Amino acid sequence: MSKMNLSRRGVLQTGAVAGAGLALPTYLSAGSHEGYTNAPAGSTVTLGFNVPQSGAYADEGADELRAYELAVEHLNGGGDGGLMNTFSSKALQGNGILGKKVEYVTGDTQTKSDAARASARSMIEKDGAVMITGGSSSGVAVAVQALCQEAGIIFMAGLTHSNDTTGKDKKANGFRHFFNSYMTGAALAPVLANNYGTDRKAYHLTADYNWGYTTEEAVRTSTEAMGWETVAAVKTPLTQTDFSSYIAPVLQSGADVLVLNHYGGNMVNSLTNAVQFGLRDKLVNDKNFEIVVPLYSRLMAKGAGANVKGIFGSTNWHWSLTDAGSKQFVQSFGTKYGFPPSQAAHTCYVQVMLYADAVERAGSFNPCAVAEALEGFEFDGMGNGPTLYRAEDHQCFKDVLVVKGKENPTSEFDLLEIVEVTPVSQVTYDAAIFGGELGSCNPGA
Amino acid sequence: MEAIVLQILNGLDKGSAYALIAMGLTLIFGTLGVVNFAHGALFMIGAFCAVTLSRILSLSRTIVDETQKDFLGNPLKVDIPYVYDWFGEATGNAIIDWSVPLSILFAIPVMIAIGVIMERGLIKHFYKRPHADQILVTFGLAIVLQEIIKYYYGANPIPTPAPEAFKGSFDFGNFLGFDPNMIIYPYWRIIYFGFAAVIISAVFAFLQFTTFGMVVRAGMADRETVQLLGINIDRRFTLMFGIAAAVAGLAGVMYTPINSPNYHMGMDFLVLSFVVVVVGGMGSLPGAVAAGFLLGILESFASMREVLSVLPGLNQIIIYLVAIIILLTRPRGLMGRKGVMED
Repeated sequence: MSKMNLSRRGVLQTGAVAGAGLALPTYLSAGSHEGYTNAPAGSTVTLGFNVPQSGAYADEGADELRAYELAVEHLNGGGDGGLMNTFSSKALQGNGILGKKVEYVTGDTQTKSDAARASARSMIEKDGAVMITGGSSSGVAVAVQALCQEAGIIFMAGLTHSNDTTGKDKKANGFRHFFNSYMTGAALAPVLANNYGTDRKAYHLTADYNWGYTTEEAVRTSTEAMGWETVAAVKTPLTQTDFSSYIAPVLQSGADVLVLNHYGGNMVNSLTNAVQFGLRDKLVNDKNFEIVVPLYSRLMAKGAGANVKGIFGSTNWHWSLTDAGSKQFVQSFGTKYGFPPSQAAHTCYVQVMLYADAVERAGSFNPCAVAEALEGFEFDGMGNGPTLYRAEDHQCFKDVLVVKGKENPTSEFDLLEIVEVTPVSQVTYDAAIFGGELGSCNPGA
Repeated sequence: MEAIVLQILNGLDKGSAYALIAMGLTLIFGTLGVVNFAHGALFMIGAFCAVTLSRILSLSRTIVDETQKDFLGNPLKVDIPYVYDWFGEATGNAIIDWSVPLSILFAIPVMIAIGVIMERGLIKHFYKRPHADQILVTFGLAIVLQEIIKYYYGANPIPTPAPEAFKGSFDFGNFLGFDPNMIIYPYWRIIYFGFAAVIISAVFAFLQFTTFGMVVRAGMADRETVQLLGINIDRRFTLMFGIAAAVAGLAGVMYTPINSPNYHMGMDFLVLSFVVVVVGGMGSLPGAVAAGFLLGILESFASMREVLSVLPGLNQIIIYLVAIIILLTRPRGLMGRKGVMED
């Protein structure tokens, strides 16, 4: 016969643990917040800025954070108002959002999906953030977007370029202003064909992760449609620092163009190695050997130094644009911080403004009302020309910039020059091609 | 054939870095018995010595150029390096251009000082502690050093190019009778390999042919007996720690034109260098050097497209695979001595 040793303390402990365990999964979708998660109750509303504050993308994250702080300042009526002066929508008045003063909390994604989800979860659960935004990686964006969908929170993606973010991994609560790999391919290929001809042999080095695959596919498809031949596509580990063993065989392959589907430190190192090997000084197939970097970032270009000179790529936005929105943003950001903003800073600032504007127009912080206000929203004055937030996949459609490393920079910021503004019509695609389902909006109730 | 020659060349410069770091690790382990996980950080600090000297040489006065505008439309501020004022523009430019080679002179005293301070200030307190404690404290120190560098220099890589005279590449293909462009190899990587060979030879010569080196070798073999002879072996070992730090630092200085330095570069080399030390045999300097080059070359071969098409991902695991095979067949590594780390 067995004997059970039950004590009062034991029962209480077991009960407390079991209760906490049962309650935890329901917290994020709890209906205790006036119909949606983290409905702001007082005179303030909290936004969550989830950016890489440590790790290899910390500098990019710091620039994103500067932009977010500037956006909050402008929303609360401080500074010069920034892009509220040029934004085609006039819903924002500089009195916070729906009259509530905007406050913010920050998290460190470390450019790791787990860490990013943990910091986003903390901002939602502990700090009551009603919207999460940020990121410098597609892997992180996809992971945090999924979390926000479960939690009933709007996610306004920062710098994420993979097709998947608004393709196969799209979510009803997630929105992206930044362009994507498909758009890069569509914008870049004609410029490459014009400058290097249609009879080219390309060799791709591709970062071995989601963003690398989609970028390689996009650039391959677009350049092959122009007549180029892809002689090889080699995947390189994300942790690779010395690319010499990958670059050395390029000339032996008969290729006359090297496409580096790399970003961040990978891009800096692979480009530096390629230039060291003298590839750009070679004549192959009676043509000058060329290098292409599909996605440029000014901060990364700085790391590669003079090696970027004359190399084509694409970017979401550049501070040298002369439209009213871009000039206003450069003025606001430059006056406050003393240097021009990066494309990461721009997209993050714009995302906060678009969210705040959508809340104002919807008259509610309810994620479903906000999503409805953003879907199909057409706007201008934010630095990219007329832009549409497409309802089918929550992807922004706007002109795409093709840039080239500047031959004679006048300052440490003057690294890229715009060679073409590719019209939005040329980079628009059918929302169905990348698969995925938006699903339904989740207010968390 | 061209591909094989090319990958051997690639492996030599990678192996040079591994060998230099592993040699420093072995020196510290052989003399002080400390497993130094901060050694990668010393490599990184060496690289940042080059960045720092480059910045010092580029220190500038600012003038306002009314004819040009900055990004806000204000008159452009133009920096004129002081070396232009002191030596003229041509010579000043040449000095800045040669900042990486000049950094060797800058890095040697800095790295020895850092090594000595590190050993006297922290590591000596862990001599009699288990190896696990030593690993923890030195790994912690490495993270602290990394964060300090990140705080002052940022997280982005900082371009630190080789002198203009060494840019471009040498066509080994032409030289060896192959088709042109089939085997090209950057000049700076050839210099890096030569530099590593000189440093490795110098350390061996120092230990082999000087009285100081003889005492250190005697201390490595039997510390107590050397102390009983009235020799202050601790002081010599401290200096050896400084020399090992300098070797790692110089490896870092000369590596900067190959890959733009960032705060994390030491960690990228550290784990591989430990594998190199273990494969070479704990405490064996020739083993560390031989294993460094062996694994560097094998890693290069494993990265060949032809190899990867048959065995995808082999380049990621080749070093560990070889380490497992060598340790299974020769548990003390290639040239390990009996009794080292076997208690």
